[in-house]
Amino acid sequence: MKYVDEFRARDLATKLASAIRNEADPARSYHLMEFCGGHTHAIFRYGVQDLMPDNVKFVHGPGCPVCVLPVRRLDDAVELAERHDVILCTYGDMMRVPGTKQRSLIRAKADGADIRMVYSTLDALKIARDNPDRQVVFFAIGFETTTPPSAVAIKQAEREGLGNFSVFCNHVLTPAAIQHILQSPEVREMGTVRIDGFLGPSHVSSIIGSQPYEFFAGEFAKPVVIAGFEPLDVMQSVLMLVRQINEGRHEVENEYTRVVTREGNLKAQELVSEVFELRRSFEWRGLGSVPYSALRIRERFAALDAEKRFEVSDKKSREVKSCECPAILRGVKRPTDCKLFGKVCTPDNPMGSCMVSSEGACAAYYTYGRFREMPKPAGEVAA
Amino acid sequence: MNMMEAKTSVRRGSVDMTHGGGGRAMADLIKDLFHRHLSNPILDQGNDAALFDVPPGRLVMSTDGHVISPLFFPGGDIGSLSVHGTLNDVAMAGARPLYLTASFILEEGFPLADLERIVQSMAMAAKHAGVPVVTGDTKVVEKGNGDGVFITTTGLGVVPDGVNISAMNANPGQAIIVSGPIGDHGVAILSKRENLEFETEICSDSAALHKMVADMIEAVPGIAVLRDPTRGGLASTLNEIAAAANVGMTLDETLIPVSRDVSAACELLGLDPLYVANEGKLVCICDAADADALVTVMQSHAEGRQAAIVGQVTDDPAGLVQMKTEFGGSRVVDWLSGEQLPRIC
Repeated sequence: MKYVDEFRARDLATKLASAIRNEADPARSYHLMEFCGGHTHAIFRYGVQDLMPDNVKFVHGPGCPVCVLPVRRLDDAVELAERHDVILCTYGDMMRVPGTKQRSLIRAKADGADIRMVYSTLDALKIARDNPDRQVVFFAIGFETTTPPSAVAIKQAEREGLGNFSVFCNHVLTPAAIQHILQSPEVREMGTVRIDGFLGPSHVSSIIGSQPYEFFAGEFAKPVVIAGFEPLDVMQSVLMLVRQINEGRHEVENEYTRVVTREGNLKAQELVSEVFELRRSFEWRGLGSVPYSALRIRERFAALDAEKRFEVSDKKSREVKSCECPAILRGVKRPTDCKLFGKVCTPDNPMGSCMVSSEGACAAYYTYGRFREMPKPAGEVAA
Repeated sequence: MNMMEAKTSVRRGSVDMTHGGGGRAMADLIKDLFHRHLSNPILDQGNDAALFDVPPGRLVMSTDGHVISPLFFPGGDIGSLSVHGTLNDVAMAGARPLYLTASFILEEGFPLADLERIVQSMAMAAKHAGVPVVTGDTKVVEKGNGDGVFITTTGLGVVPDGVNISAMNANPGQAIIVSGPIGDHGVAILSKRENLEFETEICSDSAALHKMVADMIEAVPGIAVLRDPTRGGLASTLNEIAAAANVGMTLDETLIPVSRDVSAACELLGLDPLYVANEGKLVCICDAADADALVTVMQSHAEGRQAAIVGQVTDDPAGLVQMKTEFGGSRVVDWLSGEQLPRIC
């Protein structure tokens, strides 16, 4: 397939692997955080770790959009669908995430709530047009990549006078989360999480550009390489990070130049700032309260804001007690450190969000990498 | 009611509760639509139960409910699919299919012209396969209690002497063969689903495989396992076999046939072709020494033109299916969990 195969070519992977092996200093180790779940997914799906020397390690970051949504917000969405009888439109990834008492959207749907899986905000708008006598709420989640389409939907609904459409906004911001991780006691003082550099977001950066990372690359002296989601992108970016670390540099470099510029997509940024504004603070699963890390709908578009249109009850939202998703999202623990992993918690019966999405670290470990933690059977035919 | 009127009503009318009521309307529907298209000496006896002779040997029987949406899709429809699906289940036991039965659940309001198209397509598939539909049943449910048409078919077949095919027979060292490119059916269906229509030339691979299977068995009577990787795709089928036989598997990603269009569609939707449904493919496990001969036999059939050896059975009590990736790494190919959902980012 053109424009895809080129980024998955085995001969280039072999060359890059030997370049990384040659340049990685055996006397040191390289702990690289891939922020995005898309990178985590690529690393596991293509077996990138197999091509790395032992001293290059990936630390999985919190960049999985469904993983970081706190249980409370999910519970609110379930309530919207169940109590307010709206048609709730959601991206597929969100369907199986367990809320309080394991209540997920897919369970609510089975019990009769009208929850529809959509592929884009355009589908949600169409549902609103086709059901003028029903309230239709789009459950907006995700990082900067999915925010512009939500902005477009809000503007379009306003233009069309779609009075039955609204957006439940949960959009979050990447740079704020990275900075929060770097400021966390685990990274700064306790040293329980070691991060020597970042594989920077790919699709997110196509919107916001590479410039927003410059502040913390300098401030925290951590190199950042914006990396595409293809496996060769990941490997090339690892090589660039290894070089920066070896040379003591901490700059923002851009491997994903075919898509990302320093300024990003200005038109998308304008749209987003026209429709959304910063929240003072937003609760993230795993990271806790992070200042200025999420967006809400501006007052001008209040009529299309589901949080203003519907009242949700004050409730006690709870995660499963021994679920280690929060620590895993901060990079403090690995999925296999969790007592529930692979036993009570599996992709078929997820206890926490990281086991749901294919971008979640637990799901990636389980689906693609489980055998790494298991003893190799005797007499196995060589793989 | 004379024939002229009946035909007109089939073209213009729609299913109503009287079509399932047991009265004249139901009898007319059966006569003018089902019997007319599916006619064969056993069905034409017109009794509630079909009476037929069976050849000596071990019989196999399989039943399959079909509830597909949309009912008509590129490369087939629920009618032909309901024939192929059951014939393939019978064939995967190594059997020669003999007879089919069909049970229809119709939703009130369903256009009779669409029903006729479905029955015609079913008749054509059965004729092409050389397996008659010998008895059937029709029920009507109220509007809102069905999704147009549900069809359940049952197949009866006979297994040749000396043939013993079962997932439990998979043994370390054996070869894993796939009969052709995977994922066509699932992607063709997805491309026509509401909210997801996209332009593609991909057609469902829906096809009956029993003729190819008969030739395969003639060439290599000792075939260990046959399975059709339908729901859950190739990955789930291989995991089922590995679990049943308590063995592992190693696949080579570069050897697994996937069409360019299917990989492109999966790329776009964030799906993995290994988990996408097929309706005209089979997985075969056989002794490594027989594998090349089998592939040659399969390639002589249209349904197996791109058959290929894709991996081997290994000794692994953990029952893991592993894959050497095209990229040069390795990974586990696990069961499908839930339904494959598109990624958002």
